[in-house]
Amino acid sequence: MIHERSLLAVVVFGIFVAITLGLSFYFGARTRSSQGYFAAGGGIHWFVNGVAFAGDYLSAASFLGICGMIAFYGYDGFLYSIGYLAGWIVALFVIAEPVKRLGRYTFADALDSRFNSRGIKLAAAISTLAVSIFYLIPQMVGAGVLITPLLGFPHWVGVVLVGTIVILIVVTAGMVSTTYVQFLKGSLLVLFSLVLTVLILHRGLKVDPRYQAGGSQRERVLAETQTVSVGPDGQKTVNGKPQGRGEGQADLSPIGHVSRLPGGATETGPLGPLEFLSTIEQSEIVLWTAKTVIDDDGRVTTVYTQRPTPGSEVLRPGNSPTFRGVRSEKFTDKLNFLSLMLALFCGTASLPHILIRYYTVKDQASARKSTVVGIGSIGFFYVLTLFLGLGAMTSGAIDVTNSNMAAPLLARSFGELLFSIISAIAFTTVLGTVSGLIVASSGAVAHDLVANVFRVPLTDHQQVRVAKLAAVGVGAIAIVLGILFEKMNVNFLVGWAFSVAASANLPSLVMLLFWKGTTRQGITVAVIVGMLSSLAWILLSGDTYRDIYKLDPATALVPFSQPGIVTIPLGFLTLVAVSLATRSRVQGNVASVSGGGG
Amino acid sequence: MGGLDHRAIPTPDAQPERVSAQRIRYGHALFVLYLLLYGAFVLLNAFAPSVMARTPAAGINLAVLSGLGLIGAAFLLALVYDWLSRFLDSRGQNEGRHGT
Repeated sequence: MIHERSLLAVVVFGIFVAITLGLSFYFGARTRSSQGYFAAGGGIHWFVNGVAFAGDYLSAASFLGICGMIAFYGYDGFLYSIGYLAGWIVALFVIAEPVKRLGRYTFADALDSRFNSRGIKLAAAISTLAVSIFYLIPQMVGAGVLITPLLGFPHWVGVVLVGTIVILIVVTAGMVSTTYVQFLKGSLLVLFSLVLTVLILHRGLKVDPRYQAGGSQRERVLAETQTVSVGPDGQKTVNGKPQGRGEGQADLSPIGHVSRLPGGATETGPLGPLEFLSTIEQSEIVLWTAKTVIDDDGRVTTVYTQRPTPGSEVLRPGNSPTFRGVRSEKFTDKLNFLSLMLALFCGTASLPHILIRYYTVKDQASARKSTVVGIGSIGFFYVLTLFLGLGAMTSGAIDVTNSNMAAPLLARSFGELLFSIISAIAFTTVLGTVSGLIVASSGAVAHDLVANVFRVPLTDHQQVRVAKLAAVGVGAIAIVLGILFEKMNVNFLVGWAFSVAASANLPSLVMLLFWKGTTRQGITVAVIVGMLSSLAWILLSGDTYRDIYKLDPATALVPFSQPGIVTIPLGFLTLVAVSLATRSRVQGNVASVSGGGG
Repeated sequence: MGGLDHRAIPTPDAQPERVSAQRIRYGHALFVLYLLLYGAFVLLNAFAPSVMARTPAAGINLAVLSGLGLIGAAFLLALVYDWLSRFLDSRGQNEGRHGT
């Protein structure tokens, strides 16, 4: 679908970037020490930190991905909201206060607090880098995907632009500027999502006039399909004509319609939040399915077909390819669903860029209070995603080819100004999360690898300089990967990052806190085994076969795609087994030494 | 705004051990409670998806109600935990004062 470029969106985006960079340079002049760079001097107020948690956590995948998934498939996107939020319970009740007590700057600090082991620091630093880079790629791809239709620049320009701004934010004042950018982004995201929700409820629901006709005429409208065809020469046609707005050209029609309201009404007028949900439950909504056909000459044609769906179906899990398993009778499909929900639950508290935010407040009570504020703002936002997604689904403004655009296009249905603001917020969303990830990665390189693993003697000032260089390096890698992975599904990689984080980091964190028998070898091996097994599982899974290798998913080597249900317990088992083995060895050595002495 | 001062601040986390042990116990009890709720939600979705289609209240189905409920419960439990922690901290401080 061709999107109108918006000068206003460029202007609003420019203002946002100017404020963000202004803040960064202002704080940059005041942040010189490593304590300031990595942990904002531990002097961030708990409320600011709590909202910054939301700014850090609510990535492009949360905002654009979940809204898009709800707009296209209904309830299934909301399952992500529920799972992502549930993970914060692990963070608050199990992880937050001990991590604050044990660590200083990085996740490796906390994990290694009892042992002073280079092995643990190395394993934790590698896992931090691996998780952060997997998380960075979808954010950068998201920036490019957005910038093309919104501002009219090519994909790579979006990626380079976001990468450069983020490197500037991080290099100027590290965690201080990152925190305030995330605070700003978190506040704006929640506020404007609320504004959009109020507008959706005020507009109510309306049957599209084309579907109001009765009998065969209605059936004809429902049977209309749309096609996009790309020839071997790269030429694109839409509904059989070259894509464009001119004479003899065609473009895709926007989608997202209600085809029937309860009691035969044509429109509802303003609705309350619960009334909105119950009206959708009793309505009929036109969803679309896509089917791709490849001709012998290499022409790829995607046919989009209407699927009028009762609201009661839309608001049940199992409409999307990701969650179809819940309606399947196959046990492995159900395991796949359980596995994803487990990874979402365990992943949040294992994400390095989230964990380091506990070091920016002054004590454990502030860590706890900021998590409560974080849960409040993130939870509120996730409730709003249900309304934003369903609002987009019934807005008549959605691009059938791009679910990531659902939220900005929903905003456009309310006017150009709101569209510009929401688009600018979507970019700031990317900026906030990417800055957090780059701070976490630069800490892993400068503090964990260079200073602690390779034991390069560094002054405080030099450590900050190495961290800034690392930030530029990781930022550059993120830019390159963001361009290379242009066609990659954004949600897919975020799920990947969550599974790897949960499998590699959570077993060690939890066992370190709750089992005295944990040894340094146990932690080191568990981090490596958790990380490698989850990565291997994903690379050998049906989803990767289909989406990346373009092979038949039935030939995949693992029985289902989501690794968590196997690799998280494997991480725990590895830790226990290695700890028991090495503990008895250590005790044996001690015994034989003392025996020899006697 | 306290956050504008970015000098290192000493961390006064020394608390009576009994207070933090009790707080950890409360935290874990609340965690188990939420885990049961989340576990029930996920298992119902996986093994009895038709139950989720029932509309027990306000014309809204169980899938939506339980999803909203889980998000609300997370925030509620977080508030309860914060309140309990503050209660324990203030009691610990009082005991500390009486003890000295």
